[in-house]
Amino acid sequence: MEIHEHDVVIVGGGGAGLRAAIELGEAHPHLRVAVVSKVYPMRSHTVAAEGGSAAVIKPNDSLDHHAYDTVSGSDWLGDQDAIEAFVKEAPGEMIRMDHWGCPWSREPDGHVAVRPFGGMTIERTWYAADKSGFHMLHTLFQTALKFQATKWYHEWFATKLLVDEGRCQGITAIELLTGQVHAILAKAVILCTGGMGRLYPYTTNGAIKTADGMALSYRAGVALKDMEFVQYHPTGLPGSGILITEGARGDGGILVNKDGYRYLQDYGLGPPDPWPRLRAMELGPRDRLSQAFVHEDAKGRTIQTPFGTAVHLDLRHLGEAKINKKLPFVRELAKNYAGIDPVHDPIPVRPVVHYAMGGIDTDIHGATTVPGLFAAGECACISLNGANRLGSNSLTELLVFGRRAAAAAARFATEHPKLAKELLKKQAADEEGRIAAQFIRKQGGKERIATLRREMNLVMEESTGIYRDGKTLEPALPKIAALKERFRNVTLDDRTAPFNTELISAIELEFMLEVAEAAIHSAFQRKESRGSHQRTDFPKRDDQTFLKHSMAYRTDGAPRIGYKDVVITRWPPAERVYGK
Amino acid sequence: MANKTSQPTIRLEILRYDPEKDSAPRYQSYEVPFQEEWVVLDAINHIKDQIDGTLTHRWSCRMGVCGSCGMMVNGVAKLGCSAFLRDYYPNPIRVEPLAHFPIIRDLVVQLDGFMAKLQSVQPWIIRKEEKPVEQGEYLQSPAQHARYKDFSMCINCLLCYAACPVTELEPHFLGPAAIALAQRYNLDSRDEGREIRQETVSSHIGIWQCTLVGECSVVCPKHVDPAGAIQQAKLASTMDWYKELLWPWGGKR
Repeated sequence: MEIHEHDVVIVGGGGAGLRAAIELGEAHPHLRVAVVSKVYPMRSHTVAAEGGSAAVIKPNDSLDHHAYDTVSGSDWLGDQDAIEAFVKEAPGEMIRMDHWGCPWSREPDGHVAVRPFGGMTIERTWYAADKSGFHMLHTLFQTALKFQATKWYHEWFATKLLVDEGRCQGITAIELLTGQVHAILAKAVILCTGGMGRLYPYTTNGAIKTADGMALSYRAGVALKDMEFVQYHPTGLPGSGILITEGARGDGGILVNKDGYRYLQDYGLGPPDPWPRLRAMELGPRDRLSQAFVHEDAKGRTIQTPFGTAVHLDLRHLGEAKINKKLPFVRELAKNYAGIDPVHDPIPVRPVVHYAMGGIDTDIHGATTVPGLFAAGECACISLNGANRLGSNSLTELLVFGRRAAAAAARFATEHPKLAKELLKKQAADEEGRIAAQFIRKQGGKERIATLRREMNLVMEESTGIYRDGKTLEPALPKIAALKERFRNVTLDDRTAPFNTELISAIELEFMLEVAEAAIHSAFQRKESRGSHQRTDFPKRDDQTFLKHSMAYRTDGAPRIGYKDVVITRWPPAERVYGK
Repeated sequence: MANKTSQPTIRLEILRYDPEKDSAPRYQSYEVPFQEEWVVLDAINHIKDQIDGTLTHRWSCRMGVCGSCGMMVNGVAKLGCSAFLRDYYPNPIRVEPLAHFPIIRDLVVQLDGFMAKLQSVQPWIIRKEEKPVEQGEYLQSPAQHARYKDFSMCINCLLCYAACPVTELEPHFLGPAAIALAQRYNLDSRDEGREIRQETVSSHIGIWQCTLVGECSVVCPKHVDPAGAIQQAKLASTMDWYKELLWPWGGKR
C-alpha cells in the first residue's frame, strides 16, 4: 500500500475546502497541504447554488440585523456566539472574494449589488446573477491553483479516518483511476464533504451529496448534531428537484395556487401588499413557505403535474429584460427541464430537500471532539443555522468557517508534529482488506444498490419530511435498521479495479444508511416543533425541554441521542414573527 | 412490468472499454424505457442502476452546471444532462466518451492534461499590489463587468476540446477553455496580469495554433464563445507586436 504524508489534509474540494486551502496557502505556506476530493473540485455542489451570499455591506444595514435575522430564522437553535462571529467576519470574506475576481453583479456606480432574500430584514445578499455558487466555486478553485505547493488528489474517495489514541491522523482513500486504497497521513484533517440531500428521493442536491464526511466522523466517535433539521427549499422543479433560486422571489416573483391566489397570506406571512416586502410573504423563511405548501396541498388548492402537485412561481411581471439580466439561469432551467419560459408562463414548483442544518458537531473554530479532526461547510454543524437556515447564509458560511477551520487545523498540526505511522499503516491495511472482502471479492449477496437506496429514500421521505409524527417515525426506526442489515447482503456487478463507480456508490450508500438512522432517531426523540422539524403530535416549540442540540452518538446498536445546550448571548428566545 | 410490451423503448449504443479486460473499445447496446422528460444521462443512470452496474460514467448536478457529464451523443459533444431522448427517438443513440481525450474506462476520460493547461494560464487575479480588505471591494462598472462576463461562464465541461480539430492533432494546444479563461482574467478591470499570462497564451502551444474553425463556440453549452476569446487574444497579441516594433520600449508607459 502506498503511504502519503502531509501536514493538513482537506477532504472535499467545494467552497469550504477550497477556502481552507487558500487560507493555508496564504497564511501557512510552510505547511504541506493536500486536497482530497471524490470529484474534480469544480464539480462540487457549491457550483449549483444560485441566489447569492449574505454579508453586511450597505450603510443601511448592521451586523446586529444580520445576527438577529439568523437567530430568529434558526428558531433560536443557532448558537449565538457562532452567529456573532459569522456576521462579523462575513463582509471581509466577501470582499476577499471580490479581490480574487468573483464576478459580483454591480450597481451603476461600480459597487457590488445586493438583492433581498427570505427572512432577511435588509437586502444583503451579494450575487453574481443567478449563478453565485458557480462563480464563487470557480473563483475559489482558480485562486487556490495559485498555491503551487498544494497537492491535489482529484477523484480520490475517502473511506475512513485513521484515528490512533483518540487523535485523527489521516484517512484512507480509494484512488478512482487505479482502484487502489492509499493511506494519506496528516497531522490534521478537515472534512468539507458537503451535505446529505441524496438521502431523499427529491432533492436539489447533486449525486455526490451522500453524507460522506458525516458518516466518517460519526464512525470515529464524533456526535452528529441536530440531524433532524432538514431544509426543504420551497421552489424546486417537480420530479427532477432542480433548484429555482429564492433570488427569483427576492427580485419580485410571487407564489400562487391553482386559483392564482397568493396563498402565503393565509399562513402568517401576509398581508400580500405592498410587494416586494422584506421578511414577509414570498420573502418569509424557507421552513414556513414549505410548510404552507403542505397545507395548501391538503386543501386541494395546488396544481396537478405529471410529477405530483405544485404551485406556481410567477415571474412574468418582472419582464424579459429583468429576467435575462438577473435570472438567466432560472430561465434556462425552466425552459430545459420544465418546458416553460418564465417570461410567458409561471413555473410549477414544489418543496424539495435542499440542505442539512445538522452535521458533524464542531465548535466555532471547526474543531470536533476528536483532536486533529475539523469540519466546515454543510457537513458541519457549528451551529450557525439551528432549526432553519436562511437562504444565502450557507455560501458565506463556507468562507467564514472554511477559513476558521484552516486556521485551527494549522495550529493543531504545528503543535502535534508526531504521527503513529506504523499503527496507522496497519489500520489502513485493515481498511483495504475490509473493502476487498466486503465488496470486490465478496461471494453471494443479492441486494442491488439502487433498490436499497430507493427504499432508504422512501423511508426518509415518509418519516422525516416537512411534517413528522410519532406514528410514522416509530416504524421508521426498525425499517432503517433492517435496510442496514440488508446492506450486508449487497452485491456488485463490477469487480474490476479502475474507476469502479459502483464500488463508490456502495460505500456512499453505507454512509447514507448510517446517517439516515441518526436523523430518524434524532427526529423521533425531539418531541416538539421548531423550524424545519414540525411534529404534528407535538405542534408547539418547547424551550423548557428542547432549547438544546440533539447529539447522535454511534453505538453497536441504535444511535444514542443526547442533548447539548444552545449558546444564547444577546437574543433570548422569542416568537418568530414574519409578515406584518 | 405488466405493461412491458406497451412501454416504448429506445436503444442506446454505448462505447465500452475496460482497460483490464478489453484490448480495444467495443459497443454495447441497451434497450431502455423511453420517457418524454428523460435526458441521455437519465437513460445511462437507468442502465447503471437496473441493468448493468459495470457501465462507468461521471455525473453529479444533472442541471448543466457542474460540467461532469460531457460525452459524444451521435458524434456531437454534449452534456448528457441536456441531451433529451425525445430529440433522437425513435432512432437509436450512440454514446461515446468525449473525443480527443484518452479513455480511462467506458465514458470516463483522462482530464489531467486539461487541468495542467488550466493552471498554466494562471487563472487568478494578478496584481502588483494587493488591496487591503479594509478598503472594501474594487469598483467595477457594469460596462467593465460586461467585458469579461461571458468568458467567466465556462463550466470546464470540455465539449470544446472534443469539438476542436486542433486538439486532435496537437494535444499540447492550450485549447479553447483555457485560453478563454486567460482572456477572462485579462479583461477583468481588477487584474494586471495579462503580460504574465501572455508568455503562455501566445507561445507555440497557445492562440496561434487555432485555425479558426469555431466549432468550440458552436458546442459550448454556456455560450462562452471561446473562439471569440481566442480572436480577441490574437488581436491583442498582434497589437503588442506592433507596439514593440514601433516603440522599442514596448508600448508601455
